[in-house]
Amino acid sequence: MIHFVLLISRQGKVRLTKWYSPYSQKERTKVIRELSGLILTRGPKLCNFVEWRGLRVVYKRYASLYFCMCIDEDDNELEILEIIHHYVEVLDRYFGSVCELDLIYNFHKAYFILDELLIAGELQEPSKRTVTRLVAAQDSLVETAKEQTSSITNIIAQAAK
Amino acid sequence: MSGPSLMDSLFQRTLEDLIKGLRQQLIGEQAFISKALEEIRKEIKSPDLSTKSTALLKLCYLSNLHFHDMSFAAFHALEVLSSPRFSHKKIAYHAISLSFHDSTPVLLLITNHLRKDLTSTNEFEVSLSLQCLSRIANVDLARDLTPEVFTLLSSNKLYVRKRAVAVVLRVFEKYPDSVRVCFKRLVENLENYDPQILSAVVGVFSELACKDPRSYLPLAPEFYKILVDSKSNWISIKVLKIFAKLAPLEPRLANRVVEPICDLMRKTGAKSLLFECVRTVVTSFSEYESAVRLAVGKIREFMVDEDPNLKYLGLHALSIVASKHLWVVSENKEVVIKSLSDPDPNIKIESLRLVMAMVSEHNVAEISKVLVNYALKSDPLFCNEILGSILSTCSRNVYEIIVDFDWYVSLLGEMSRIPHCQMGEEIENQLVDIGLRVKDVRLELVRVARDLLIDPALLGNSFLHRVLSAAAWVSGEYVEFSRNPLELMEALLQPRTSLLPPSIMAIYIQSAFKVLVFCLHTCFVRGGSTAGVSASASYESFDDLSVENGAGSTVAHGQTCTSAPITNESIVNLLKLVELALSPLLGSHDVEVQERARNLLGFVDLIKLEALNSSGQEENDSEQKGVEATKIIRLVHDAFSKELGPVSLSAQGKVPVPDGLTLNENLGDLETICSDIELPSSNTFSFGYPSEEKDVSSFSNLQIKEDSGQSNESTSLLAEHRKRHGLYYLPSGKSEVISNDYPPANDPALQGDNNDTASDLVKLTAESLVPKRKPNHSKPRPVVVKLDEADEKPVAVKHPESRDDSLSGAVRDILFGSEDILPTSSRSNLPSSNRKGKEKQHMITQVESKENVVGDGNSSSRRRKDHSHGKERRHRKKNAEERNETDRKEKESSSNHPRRQKSRQRAEEPLKVPPQTSVIPDFLL
Repeated sequence: MIHFVLLISRQGKVRLTKWYSPYSQKERTKVIRELSGLILTRGPKLCNFVEWRGLRVVYKRYASLYFCMCIDEDDNELEILEIIHHYVEVLDRYFGSVCELDLIYNFHKAYFILDELLIAGELQEPSKRTVTRLVAAQDSLVETAKEQTSSITNIIAQAAK
Repeated sequence: MSGPSLMDSLFQRTLEDLIKGLRQQLIGEQAFISKALEEIRKEIKSPDLSTKSTALLKLCYLSNLHFHDMSFAAFHALEVLSSPRFSHKKIAYHAISLSFHDSTPVLLLITNHLRKDLTSTNEFEVSLSLQCLSRIANVDLARDLTPEVFTLLSSNKLYVRKRAVAVVLRVFEKYPDSVRVCFKRLVENLENYDPQILSAVVGVFSELACKDPRSYLPLAPEFYKILVDSKSNWISIKVLKIFAKLAPLEPRLANRVVEPICDLMRKTGAKSLLFECVRTVVTSFSEYESAVRLAVGKIREFMVDEDPNLKYLGLHALSIVASKHLWVVSENKEVVIKSLSDPDPNIKIESLRLVMAMVSEHNVAEISKVLVNYALKSDPLFCNEILGSILSTCSRNVYEIIVDFDWYVSLLGEMSRIPHCQMGEEIENQLVDIGLRVKDVRLELVRVARDLLIDPALLGNSFLHRVLSAAAWVSGEYVEFSRNPLELMEALLQPRTSLLPPSIMAIYIQSAFKVLVFCLHTCFVRGGSTAGVSASASYESFDDLSVENGAGSTVAHGQTCTSAPITNESIVNLLKLVELALSPLLGSHDVEVQERARNLLGFVDLIKLEALNSSGQEENDSEQKGVEATKIIRLVHDAFSKELGPVSLSAQGKVPVPDGLTLNENLGDLETICSDIELPSSNTFSFGYPSEEKDVSSFSNLQIKEDSGQSNESTSLLAEHRKRHGLYYLPSGKSEVISNDYPPANDPALQGDNNDTASDLVKLTAESLVPKRKPNHSKPRPVVVKLDEADEKPVAVKHPESRDDSLSGAVRDILFGSEDILPTSSRSNLPSSNRKGKEKQHMITQVESKENVVGDGNSSSRRRKDHSHGKERRHRKKNAEERNETDRKEKESSSNHPRRQKSRQRAEEPLKVPPQTSVIPDFLL
């Protein structure tokens, strides 16, 4: 299974973290520090796998972002690479040629998409179209809710309570 | 305190504002974040849920990417969760799955929220709460929500169902008893034709099978069907993982499965699936020659591929094969060796592992040579990786693969001179260890040590200090093999030794002591006082064997070494040298160094008189005058010449505790005394360091010296102290023996009590004394002294966690009934059940199920015990009625498929016990 997903920029800034195994806040910082040291230093034409604490980290660089997933020793590395690619493609569809800024400003969206894709550290939805559709459906749910709340009358009504 | 006003809600910063502000960094990141946090703390208390949820979202952002603690908001997250709005819920769930953990106090409050959402009609809400459950589930949550998850497992919304399936894994993990409820539905989903559901179910089973494959054997037919029919690579990969676990348990299954896997391997175009096939074959089907050949072909394609990923995986797969089929590696030797110079460090390390796997006693010399050359050229990191693996491979099982120790010892010397070498500690250990274990190599060892010691340049390299300390120890201990002790003495006392850390310095001085004693002994005792005793003369004193064995290699220089005679004059010079070099050390801050230096100087003082005398007055007089000094020298020399052997790790344990000595009691005292005092580190506290045990050994020597009128204050004080506080010294000595870098000395007391070890040792060394054939080109392997107990490496058996045990126990209960309790043979001729037993069972299970409600994690194991009771009772009663029953049962069981049987059994829950069918159904037949 996938233990965690990390998105790290080339400068070592963290863009997204998702933990499927229990890691305390302290461990998380440590893990990220260790891994960005390991991964960011690797040259461009090397293999995409790093052994780390008896686990394996599969990473792939898209533009200035490193997508990393940590898996068990006997998981399939190539499959994970495909999942990463899959995720990137879904992001791309959703944002329309995604770039790092999209992920910075819509960090929660990136999460929700990831949540559609993976659950409990396993791939859930191999179809890109379905994922996009599901995310859009939820967005519209959120939007209608938002419209209701953000109308001025609503706010005043709330405050007057 | 006043809540946020209307204005606050109206002009609340959104997440986007926060991110923008953070990126502009007008007031610095930290300042901005702490300001934002302050705002959030205020906003989150707002009664308005929108304000609250925005605050929560911002907090998530800060916690997630800037690692700020958000545990204070746990309760607020729950408040947001209670909102009827989907957008709020979404944020709340996100926050909860991000920040909650098992010890979050409000975890108890979330159960009802989750339950509500799990039963919601909005599939997205259900999915959110499932997602959350998969992350935060603990025992209580898993237990309380099992019924809801169970319902969702057969939901007609695929979207929900597949998520429920994935979550079941976590629920099982946390609360094994839920298996009894959910397992059947999970298995039913295996027959689903929807690829998404199937993928989820197979994913769950592949995780479950990792932990305890045996329990899932009965499901093999289903998996087989999926393997053959599956069109999706994702699913195939997972099924292959399952078979990789199941196949080794059941040869018949392996027979059936191996063909489809090979087919898949031939046909598939997807590299990930191909690799999974290859890995499955090489890990679990390694007996199937043809399959392995096919896989190896694919591996080769991987290895020569341009893509570094495939190359790496190819090498990795090869290293899996290597454990069973070494020929595969040697077949691909060229590729592997070539990969050693790959630009990718990971590939290099993988190929290094493979190269090391190829090492055998025939090729160890060549391979090591190649690797050391590589190490010279490569970067420090990989260089040490190479050296480390050479060292560990060669020393495996007490130097199993080394035949030619002379070569190995010189290799160690060579390795320590490699500029990047940081393996000093390991080399140190091996040098000393080999010196102790292999008698025949000592000559070469001393030569290597001398070369290391004599080079003043090496002293500047701090990585080498450990190696040098071993070299010093070796040359002191085995000085009799030295060609030129005088030269050695100079090397040990050279001025640059001041660069060494004190602990190693102390070893140098001690070694110098030994060398000095040896020189004096050769000069005065052995050769009388006549001048010109050559060092080579001393060779006669050794075991014939060592001369013989050494002769082969040292005849050439053996003669030249006679050119270093030890004369009275040289002795006088030597003594002067010692005084010159050591007198500054009397003021050393390190206790150890100071003490050693004092010892040695005291000894020199004692001898000097004698030496000067004898050199002045020639033979006639010296003999009477020298009697006393000679006696001392002889005594000291005898003390030193006692051979040290390897001591087993458990040796200390064999020393019986004397009566009236209560170790534990006093130790307890000590602990309370020491608890508030920081223990000094071993470096400053001189008794701590490895040289300690040598100290102990020379303790008797010191006594001798004292007898002969030599008083050495520091040592006698130490002795005094030791005598008085003996109790406190013992434990430290004990831990020393265990954690020692140096082989402990032959403490006479220890040896006396340690008869079996000693006799073992004697036996082994005796073998080495048996005259051997003259060494020719292919030398016989010298004897390596081994101690049974000490050299057996304790194998840490990893026990699966108890939680998994109970999980697999539960699964087994369901799949096999209680079959696994009885041995196969007894079951086949045992009547399955009788009514009485069943009733009994019924009662028990009822009781059990009550317990389940209470929620006892162990109940599954207890239940099994109860079953066996029931069975015993059944066993005793055999009558006709029973037999009828049995017949009926057997008919039933023979007629159907194992799985369906399971489900029937499931249906008559909780009466599900009667054992049916033979052990494991004949798979796929």
